[in-house]
Amino acid sequence: MMKKLLRLLSRRHCPAVARRTRRAWARNGRARTLWLAIAALMALRAAPAVAVEPGEMLKDPKLEQRARKISEGLRCLVCQNQSIDDSGAQLAQDLRILVRDRLKAGDTDQQVKDYLVSRYGNFILLKPPFEWDTLLLWISPFAILALGAGAALRKSRKSRQAVEDKPATPLSEDENARLKSLLEDGRA
Amino acid sequence: MIDEVGHYALALALALSLMQAILPFWGARTHDARLMAVARPAAMTQFAFVALSYAALTYAHVVSDFSLVNVVENSASAKPLIYKISGVWGNHEGSMMLWVLILTACGAAMAAFSRAIPPRLLADALSVQGVLGAAFLAFILLTSNPFARMVPAPIDGNDLNPILQDPGLAIHPPLLYLGYVGFSIVFSLAAAALIGGRLDAAFARFIRPWTLAAWCFLTLGIAMGSYWAYYTLGWGGFWFWDPVENASLMPWLAGTALLHSAAVMEKREALKVWTIFLAIVTFSLSLLGTFLVRSGVLTSVHSFASDPTRGLFILAILVMFIGGALFLFMLRASSLKQGGLFAPISREGALVVNNLLLTAACAAVLVGTLYPLALESINGDKISVGAPFFNLTFGPLFAPIFLLAPVGQLLAWKRGDFLAAAQRLFFAAGLGLAAMAVFVALHGAPVMSVIGSGVAVYLVVGAFAEIFGRVFPSGFGARKNAFFRAKGLPLSAWGTAFAHAGLGLSMLGIAASGWGVEKIVAMKQGDVYDVGPYQLQVVGVTTNQGPNYQETVAHMSVQRDGRVVALLAPSKRFFSTRRMGTAQAGIVTLNLGQIYVSVAEPNPNGAIDARLYWKPLVSLIWIGALVMAFGGLLSLSDRRLRVGVARRAVKAQIVAQAAE
Repeated sequence: MMKKLLRLLSRRHCPAVARRTRRAWARNGRARTLWLAIAALMALRAAPAVAVEPGEMLKDPKLEQRARKISEGLRCLVCQNQSIDDSGAQLAQDLRILVRDRLKAGDTDQQVKDYLVSRYGNFILLKPPFEWDTLLLWISPFAILALGAGAALRKSRKSRQAVEDKPATPLSEDENARLKSLLEDGRA
Repeated sequence: MIDEVGHYALALALALSLMQAILPFWGARTHDARLMAVARPAAMTQFAFVALSYAALTYAHVVSDFSLVNVVENSASAKPLIYKISGVWGNHEGSMMLWVLILTACGAAMAAFSRAIPPRLLADALSVQGVLGAAFLAFILLTSNPFARMVPAPIDGNDLNPILQDPGLAIHPPLLYLGYVGFSIVFSLAAAALIGGRLDAAFARFIRPWTLAAWCFLTLGIAMGSYWAYYTLGWGGFWFWDPVENASLMPWLAGTALLHSAAVMEKREALKVWTIFLAIVTFSLSLLGTFLVRSGVLTSVHSFASDPTRGLFILAILVMFIGGALFLFMLRASSLKQGGLFAPISREGALVVNNLLLTAACAAVLVGTLYPLALESINGDKISVGAPFFNLTFGPLFAPIFLLAPVGQLLAWKRGDFLAAAQRLFFAAGLGLAAMAVFVALHGAPVMSVIGSGVAVYLVVGAFAEIFGRVFPSGFGARKNAFFRAKGLPLSAWGTAFAHAGLGLSMLGIAASGWGVEKIVAMKQGDVYDVGPYQLQVVGVTTNQGPNYQETVAHMSVQRDGRVVALLAPSKRFFSTRRMGTAQAGIVTLNLGQIYVSVAEPNPNGAIDARLYWKPLVSLIWIGALVMAFGGLLSLSDRRLRVGVARRAVKAQIVAQAAE
């Protein structure tokens, strides 16, 4: 199993094999973990220094620009939080070529993303979609700010109220005497 | 033999830390001065034993003692000496040793320099520090023993991960840990104050120097880590929103908030409960960071080897300390009396806004880092939270700070005048606008870079508006005595100005990245490429043999108007022991910007795939961090902040009075 996968992985972008592997990956969670581990190993072993290679780039600069923009938002699935645009891993290269192939075939940016999400799930998007299960993710930072601001405002209003409600009590005899002696001390 | 001494010293340190945890605490409850007095020598001896143990481990690495598993797995005899020394913390066991070494050093420092702290508070704080030490020493001894033997000892080791064979390893982790763990002192003091139930402005004075020192180290540590990633990863990114980076950013954000709220507490006795809460949260986030990196929940270059028992152990430590401290906080917080009233528009009010924004920004990082883990464990969905998320949440929450920082500096305590403050910033705002115009003329789009750099210039200039107003109270015309007034200003005022200006410089560097130039090419000898204002020419390619690697070096010259201004030698290294490659970028700093080249191995046809960059003003990102830390240092050396000074002055006064 290991050897077979390694052989599959070491082959340079072979669409049919890649597709088969990816389907199997989507079906089988355990195989996926293994695949990830091996691929991560491979990525470390033979990491080329540069991510986007000159040979991959499209002739049309406008299309290439779009490809770069899309790539920046797609996660290299076997790396740690790297986009496929930054990653030197083999899988990232395959995905970059895939993105460019789709663009050449006339897909819009959204179609390319949708296609990749249909194959790999939301995991591939570095910007998580705004959905029910990511609602808390998106709103909680701002909710915390709003709650904090509300609490601070309420507190400040309350404490001011407390000061205004409390009438100033005149100084007692003793306090007056002490104040006088303190003032005289200071002068002397 | 030396290894056994090291191991035994570690066990002794654990025993001492338990003693330090129990006896002073007991003494504080029973008002037994002798028991409380145990805390200080115990803290110092504990540090001495951990240092001894650490020295033994370092010795084993330096002499390549391959009878230790730790040395076999992370060292090799051919490894250069500097990496033998810094490689001690370049692995799980060793980095935990460094963690504990710094933790006990903090305890010892607190014991040595805190004579002004009331004895009961100090006893309780050192006892909490003792519990921390015990927990982590037990963690090392039970799950990550660096002194485990290997029989039979192999001839040579597996070498250190090549990515870590870099001067960055010698600097980044110690600085970062000093920051992370430095906050443990603040945590212990906060816990002790809650245990004792007494909290006044003096508490803010006790924690401020420690907070400042830890904050400076953390700032430098993060900046160093960012620069290391920048020159290693091959494409010149400086921040990746990687969970491990986030783990260091969160304590920094909370620590920055703490620094500011402690200022309010010290001056005005307000925000006491909040300051205590932040003191707990800051170190809790440090612990969380340690958990995330060390437990194997995340895998990255930082996490080295990991196994589940370690994860569970650290999780237990995490729950014990964070849960315990927050529980204590819940019990006591309501009984703490609030003082110091202030109007919404005042220095205090501005600092509250600062704290709100920093806390919300910190929450964005926290949620973004933990949400994917939580979601996957709840319903199995895998999502990624990457840079685009943080740019959309952290960005807008942090950005107002740039605009408001100079205003806050100019507001008076208790009740400020917003319009007057804004008026005094006309000059800074004008310069910011002028900078925008200049940048538009020079570079043009993108808009975000133009706005960002304008705001950054405003922040840098505005940071000094308060100082300017105090040195030249009646305009720039009245220069008489200006020097003496500048000298007479408290160092903390200068510190604030420099720290804020540093933030502005960093922001300018980040904003300018939008004007960068990138070229991806297959280079051949003799080729010339235009990269920004410079031309890069490939002079030749050579292969060299390093101590434990081979490398392919591309020699290049950087030219401007036909004149060579610098030489570059980006290379690709191959480490045969681990069969891994690393890229050494060729970098040269020109007018605060950098030319950055990274290369791959030569293609069969002799061409070399390379990425060429011109990154204008990029060095300001890290220079800004240095300036920030310098500001912290200035503030730290302010006489008022030195714990104990006030007391000595009072004593001297009493002596003088008695003499009369």
